[in-house]
Amino acid sequence: MRWMLLKDLQILRRSKLLVGLLVVYPVAIALLIGFALSSGPEKPSLAFLNQIPGSQSTIRLGGEKFDVDVYTDQLFDAVDRIDVENREQALEKVRSGEALAALIIPPDFATKLSSGGFNAANVEVVYNGDALKQSFVESTVESKLALADAALARQISQVAAGYVKIITVGGEISALGQNFELLGLTRANKLLDEALEDAPPEIARKLAPVQRFASLGVANVGRFNDVLSTVERPVEVTETVLSGRRTPLDTFAVALAVAVSLMFVCVLLASGLLALEREENTFSRLARGLVPGGWLLAGKVVLAAACAFVVTLAMLLGISAFVPLDYGRAALWIVAIAASAIAFATLGVAIGSLAREVRAASLLALMLALPLAFLALVPSGGVSPLLYDVIRVISALFPFKPALDAINNAINGADANMLVALAHLAALTLAFGGAAYWGLRRFASG
Amino acid sequence: MSADAATAAPALAVRAISKCFEERQAVRDVSFDIERGELAAVIGPNGAGKTTLLSILAGIQQPDEGSAAQPDGTTARIGWVPQQTAVYGKLTVAQNLRLFAKLEKVPDADATVERMLEQTGLAERADDELGRLSGGNRQRVNIAVGLLADPPVLLLDEPSGALDPRQRERLWGFITALTERGTAVIFATHDIAEAERHAHRVLVLADGELLFNDTPAALKSAANAGPDDDLEQAFVGFLRERGH
Repeated sequence: MRWMLLKDLQILRRSKLLVGLLVVYPVAIALLIGFALSSGPEKPSLAFLNQIPGSQSTIRLGGEKFDVDVYTDQLFDAVDRIDVENREQALEKVRSGEALAALIIPPDFATKLSSGGFNAANVEVVYNGDALKQSFVESTVESKLALADAALARQISQVAAGYVKIITVGGEISALGQNFELLGLTRANKLLDEALEDAPPEIARKLAPVQRFASLGVANVGRFNDVLSTVERPVEVTETVLSGRRTPLDTFAVALAVAVSLMFVCVLLASGLLALEREENTFSRLARGLVPGGWLLAGKVVLAAACAFVVTLAMLLGISAFVPLDYGRAALWIVAIAASAIAFATLGVAIGSLAREVRAASLLALMLALPLAFLALVPSGGVSPLLYDVIRVISALFPFKPALDAINNAINGADANMLVALAHLAALTLAFGGAAYWGLRRFASG
Repeated sequence: MSADAATAAPALAVRAISKCFEERQAVRDVSFDIERGELAAVIGPNGAGKTTLLSILAGIQQPDEGSAAQPDGTTARIGWVPQQTAVYGKLTVAQNLRLFAKLEKVPDADATVERMLEQTGLAERADDELGRLSGGNRQRVNIAVGLLADPPVLLLDEPSGALDPRQRERLWGFITALTERGTAVIFATHDIAEAERHAHRVLVLADGELLFNDTPAALKSAANAGPDDDLEQAFVGFLRERGH
């Protein structure tokens, strides 16, 4: 096997373009996938017209100051802001495509807000009519408006809670430019109690419902606050991850990039190296007992897996300069990548045993590898349950899914059980090794 | 087996070899001997079973029945030169020879490679990539690989098929020199004139069956060929007479 390995290395050394492509292509694809998954969309550009007079940018809600700029700033952490002077300019920016949309805050926005919810405050969003762009900017603006709305609701509910408190315990409020002292339910209830102790029975009987109302009001004041806090945040989200820890998208993208790259290098190299023996007609010489079939396959698997291991490990270390990875798990990276590389390379020799030339083997390897990668990424809710079960079965028959699980676990400590994934890879290695051996014998006897 | 007995025994004894591929009988009960220094041509129409017979003798395929044995009872020392050059295009001439010498477990691989480079006249091209050589030179390397283990029996499948006349002449000079040193050579060919010119014996194969096993002159006689007929005409007449 040593001499065959040496020979294959010499051939690879002389096939610089092939090896270069074999390394660069999967790494480029892997990095593209990783980049696409880990980086969010760029900010949409938005023309912004604020028509609120400068003196009204701060409004009072129930004695609390509220800066309208805080509300609008909610929007601009998600968009690229282009300030315009008037509505015509805003429309022109959208028409010309310089801005995907325009956000116009009318002059009466602050006034309506300060009315405390009696008049809904409006903002105007102008889109350019391009369905894709509109959808993109619409979702961005709407989500940010929802956040701003929630912040306003919180503010308003706090003001309302202040009023409830004054009604309950008493205090000073200002209205129509004058201050008023309110008695409050608690004190009113106490005064009623004192008055009723000395009151005639007839008057006491008539005032009893009033006293009960005051008592109930005091007793249930806590509920008003509960109701207000519910209005402030109608739906609270409690996040639960069913199994293990959650993998951040960017580090999952790293695992995905490593798995894709490993698969391409291994499968293409192993299938090509084995098919080369047929293309060069050297298989007939080797099959005379010079190199037993099992050793021939093992040599190709070892070489392809070793090359892919080095490439992907180097790629992983390179990526770690941009995405923080836990080096404490490096031993697990090595185990997962090595086991996955051997399984992928064994799939490669199984493909190579079916093909009579390198080009056919490479084409077959590509046609098989690409769909497998996509199938393994189909989420459970993305398709019908029956189709998802079919996809799961197909994914389980090939090494990509267990390799991704093992690598994801090694890099991120994700939920998948690494031992199960490694056992799965070992079983597939044996199965594809058997298939490759059968393919070689079939060719030799044909 | 004594040394005398080994010398007296044929270089290769083929006995009742048969091979079927599903329904098709590729080789049917073929038996013959080949002596040391003998040059035998296997001729026959397309699909006669020539390549199958040679690949069985080379140990690439197993026969369903029968055997092929050298005096020591094995087929371990049979050299094999397939129809298409079976060497690595990305390796140099010397690297190809060294690789196969190592795989053949030749005792002194480097010395053997040097010797083969001299014998095949490729010493000056030793460091050239095989893919850059002409068809004739590639075939010389192909044959050299078959001779690395200095086999007493050499099998060649259509050895001159891709060569021009000058390269062909050089090839036959090389093969004749081998037989003069005692190597038994069996070659399959479509070129009947080549068989007539170089072979000591012809084996006529048709539909997997060995129809004739004697000298080219004897084949002419068997086909009742006239004095002006060449071996090709005799061969075609012979096959026609036997219904092939």
